[in-house]
This record gives sequence, C-alpha cells and structure tokens, in this order.
Amino acid sequence: MRPAPAAPSPNPYDLHAATIVEKVRVTEDIDTVRLQLVDPAVRRSFRFQAGQFNMLYVFGVGEVAISIVSDPDEPQVLDHTIRAVGRVTKAIRGMGLGDTLGVRGPFGRGWPLHDARGKDVVVVTGGLGCAPVVGAIDYMFRRREAYGAVTILHGIKTPRDLLYRERFEAWRRHADTTVLLTSDQPDKTWHDHVGVVTELFEQVAIDPARTVVLMCGPEIMMRLGASVLMQRGVPATALYLSLERHMECGIGLCGHCQMGPYFLCKDGPVMRYEQVAPFLGRPGV
Amino acid sequence: MTPIERPSAGPGLLPKSSFQLLLDALQSQGYRVMGQRLHDGAVKWDDIRQVSDLPVGWRDVQEPGRYRLEPSDSGRFFEVVNGPESVKRFAFAPREPLLMIERSHKSFRATPTLPQVEKTALLGVRACDLAGLAVQDQIFLHDAYPDPYYQARRENLFLVAVNCARALSTCFCASMNTGPKAQAGFDLALTELEDAVLVEAGSQTGQDLMQRLPLSPASDRPLAEAEAQMEACAKSQTRRLETAQLPQALYDAHEHPRWDQVAARCLACGNCTMVCPTCFCHTVEDAPDVTLQRTEQARVWDSCFTQEHGYIHGKNIRPAIKDRYRMWLTHKLASWVDQFGTSGCVGCGRCVTWCPVGIDLTEELPALLDKER
Repeated sequence: MRPAPAAPSPNPYDLHAATIVEKVRVTEDIDTVRLQLVDPAVRRSFRFQAGQFNMLYVFGVGEVAISIVSDPDEPQVLDHTIRAVGRVTKAIRGMGLGDTLGVRGPFGRGWPLHDARGKDVVVVTGGLGCAPVVGAIDYMFRRREAYGAVTILHGIKTPRDLLYRERFEAWRRHADTTVLLTSDQPDKTWHDHVGVVTELFEQVAIDPARTVVLMCGPEIMMRLGASVLMQRGVPATALYLSLERHMECGIGLCGHCQMGPYFLCKDGPVMRYEQVAPFLGRPGV
Repeated sequence: MTPIERPSAGPGLLPKSSFQLLLDALQSQGYRVMGQRLHDGAVKWDDIRQVSDLPVGWRDVQEPGRYRLEPSDSGRFFEVVNGPESVKRFAFAPREPLLMIERSHKSFRATPTLPQVEKTALLGVRACDLAGLAVQDQIFLHDAYPDPYYQARRENLFLVAVNCARALSTCFCASMNTGPKAQAGFDLALTELEDAVLVEAGSQTGQDLMQRLPLSPASDRPLAEAEAQMEACAKSQTRRLETAQLPQALYDAHEHPRWDQVAARCLACGNCTMVCPTCFCHTVEDAPDVTLQRTEQARVWDSCFTQEHGYIHGKNIRPAIKDRYRMWLTHKLASWVDQFGTSGCVGCGRCVTWCPVGIDLTEELPALLDKER
C-alpha cells in the first residue's frame, strides 16, 4: 500500500558545483574559503540566513557541514571558515583558487538577527568554535544603527588560541560596543582579563529587558553563561546558542546530530536555550 | 494510502488448496512476489513462486538471544512468524546510491541515482512490521525533507499482511497497540484459518486484486474464528512495555545506575539496530572507481552503537557503551515520541531475539523507571 503522494520536491541530496574564488589563511589550520556557485541560475536563487550552514563536498572524499559566515544580503559569494581537523576539511585545506567543491544547502536555523533589531546584543563565545557567531557579528556591524549596545565577550584557554585578534580590535572601535577578552591560561603577552568568560559578565552593564544573547562555544561554557545571565535578570527566552554535532545529511535523516529530541541540523544549529537546557553539557547526550 | 473508492466487497474466503491463485494473481499483475523463505536456519525475504516456497512444516521459537526453527506438522503457510529482517530494507535500502559524480576538467557533475524499482508484492507482512513501515514513512516522507529514494521504493510495494495466529515469547505488539491484527497500511490482509484463508482489502489496489480471486463470501463463523485466533495470540503474549510515563520518565532516568549494569552486558555489536524495523541512522560514503574520474555517493545503514556515530572533530560525544545503549533506548522510547509523535518501538521483539547476550528492553525499561534502585 502506497503512502499519500508527496508533492514533487527538489532532491535534497543533489549538489551544486562551486568554485573557490578566494582563500584567506586565518591560522595554521584555519582558512576562510570564498565560494561562488558555478550555475548562474543556482547562484541567483541561493538565499541564506546568518547562522545557517552548507554541506560542502570534496570529490571522492565526502561532505562536511560548515556554517556560512558571509553576509546574507550578498549571497552571490559564500564564505566558510574551516578548521582542518577531519578528512574532508583537510582535503579542502589542500585546495586552491579555481578548484571546485560541491555545495548543498543552506540548511538549519540561523541567528534571530531580525528579532534582535532595536535591542542590545551580548555575544558570548569561547574556545576555537566561534566561526558561526563571527558571521552574526559582521552582520550587525554592517547594520550598526539597527542594533543597540553590542557586547562581545570571548574566552580562550591560552593566548595562542585567540583567532581574529585584529577583528576583535576592529570591533572594539565601533560606537556603543564593548569587547572583552579573557584567557584562563595566560602568558606574559596577555594584557586582558585572566579567568573564565563568565567572570567578564561582572564588568559589563546589561539591561535585561532589552538584551538578546548569542552564544557559541563549549557546551559547559554556554550552560554557565546562561545561568549567570539569567541571575542578572535576562529571560531564558532571550538566550540563543549555536550547537555542534556530527552531521552527514543536513536534513534530519541520518540520525547523528541528535541532542535529546532535536536534530541540530534542522531544528538548529541555533537553538533557543530553553529548548536544550536539560541536555546542555550532559554527558553522552 | 490509496483510499477505497468503490464499496468494499467485504472479506472473502480462499480455500487453502487454491492459495496458489493469489500468487498467480499477483504475478499476473506484474509483481515480483516475495515472502519469508528458509535460509541459514532462519527465514529471510526471497522470491516466492509457489506455495511450497513458503516455510511450511516449520515454526520459529524465539527467546532472548536465541532463534531456532523446529519442525511442525500443522501444515500452516504462515507458522513461522518472522526472521531477522523486517520489511525496512524494501523502502530504506541498506545501501542506497544517492549521486553519481563525474569529473569534467577542474569541475564535476552530479547526477541523482534514483532507484529503478520493480513492482514488488511482500507476502506475509506482520502487523508490527506494517507499524514499523508507517514509522519510517513518517520520517522519510512526511518530515521536513521528503526523501525521493525512499519514495521511489515505497511506491512500488504491494503489501500483503498476515494477521498473527501465534505469538513468540519475544513478542509484545499487543502492549504497543500495533498487533497482532494488521490495522492499517496494507493492500490485502490475510488470516490463515484451518482450511481457508480469510482475505480483506485495505486499498483500492487490494480490492482490485481481490476481484481476480475465486473468493466465497465469509460468513460469521470464519470471521469469529479469525477474531478469536488473534485475541488468543494477543493474550498469549508474556512480554509488555509500559509506556505511559514516557518520554519524560526516561529523560529523568539519565543517571540511573541500571545503565551501568546493562552496559556491562552490551557488546555494542549493533545487532538490535540492524534488525529494528524503525532504526533509520545512516552514514554517507563516497566510493570512487579506479579511474578516480567517477565516484558514487551512497548512504549506508549506520548504528548508534559504533565508535564513529558520536564522533565530532577530535572527540566522541558517546565514548562508553553505556552512553550508546542509553542513546539507543532513550531515542527509541522517549525522544522518538517528541520527534515524530510516535514511539520508535513497535513491539516486534527482534532486538531481544537477536541480541547475542539477550538484553531485553522490556526488562530494562521497568528497571530504569524504578526510582528505588
């Protein structure tokens, strides 16, 4: 017996060729790769939101989920900041200008940057995993007047882990913007705060009624961060997190990216804190 | 599901001596007929051309960690209830090529490889497996991204259900409300009686096929006999799953010491996920040919019991067997409900039978929900 016929839909596995048009080395093992879709019709119709991701494919190697960090209003090119840690990302690292990748996407839910207009935004990041939020920060600074006070709090283990030092410095120069950095294993070169990122909250003024919080980093950090912010009166509904799990399909079918009842590929990767609070940092979830 | 448009002719009786006519009718309609056949001491889905291809003269005996076929003199066509395979593989293939990708100069071209599927009639689908298929339909057809590969296979299935007359010691469909009677999702449903087979249609295609059979109208007596047989089958089930407190109670049991006990027995072999009619996890592999000019991207069944399943750049979210068994059971019985509005368990009991160490989820769940321990 046949199920009711589904409306014809595009094949979610089909991928589109994209050319590497720019490649910027961020650190020893991190690059920002700028892609341009080859098919002009696909390129014209491609739309995404900050915080969404693409599945990037390397011929004969496989796919990997990488967030899009460039501006959604300029979807003709797609920037992905990629750390070479696995088979596919290492293969991308070995590629150069003019080489071709496959793109499927965009997938998932992005940051609530539209709803955050007119509000203060606190960005809390930690460790190396801050690429998904960099796109959101760039987005806000390109529309600076649309947002209230912007506070960026970034915690790292050692000063060596600080990527984008010049970006933090550039963000710092924006009006009505606070950027605070902390390292919990500093060396002699470190002139910023010493300690964990949650300690930085003590140094910033937060108006709980008009604040939206974007977090990205280790789950434990985000759980502690959420807890401190809620003590400061920020409602749980104003807290958003970008989460990470292994993804093979991007469309909620392969089963790898589950966190409790959620598939982070389609329900996330940006989740409301309230949704994932019971599962955050819980071992084995 | 194709609704029945014309008024139903009602259930009919096919003498068992004429059962071959059903196979012939299906074949004449262009179906490849498949059913459970004896294979390596169990049964598996294979071509059925004549009645003698069915495992007549055998019955299966199943217990935790044990499967045996024993001779039987009942002469029944469908006395063997099931084997390790559900019908899952006929829609969600164990390996499904997704794309053929070919190099051209510095670029490449991807072509979707939708399966060419022949019309297939599955003869002898149990109620639990129909329920399992309905769960998979929910995932692959009615969720955010309808899957065209699954759909191509699914559309070509004609499902002939068999209502169960005997329960295995591992069966608990009655407590999951999925059996022993096939409730929905079939084209034809059969109930095997002493001398005849009761035939009912569940779809227009099934109705049309019934017209091709020399059926006599079923009187009240065989209908009552069929009902009594299924009722007895339900009552004979000794295992059950109490799901009223789910999903929350299992989320709350995350730190229960029972997980350590079950993990000490679990081999993380993944058998339970391979035989499960609803498990859908898969991995995607790239298989280049020797020229390195062409590569096939395919999805392959995966299991949450593997090392790799919980891997993410340099760390494993679920390093211990305890984490993986907890993931499996919590997903199956709890988060599945939140995700798809239904339990991931249909009560077929395969995970109990085919677990090499006989781990029994109907024993684990109550222990995990027991707050005293």
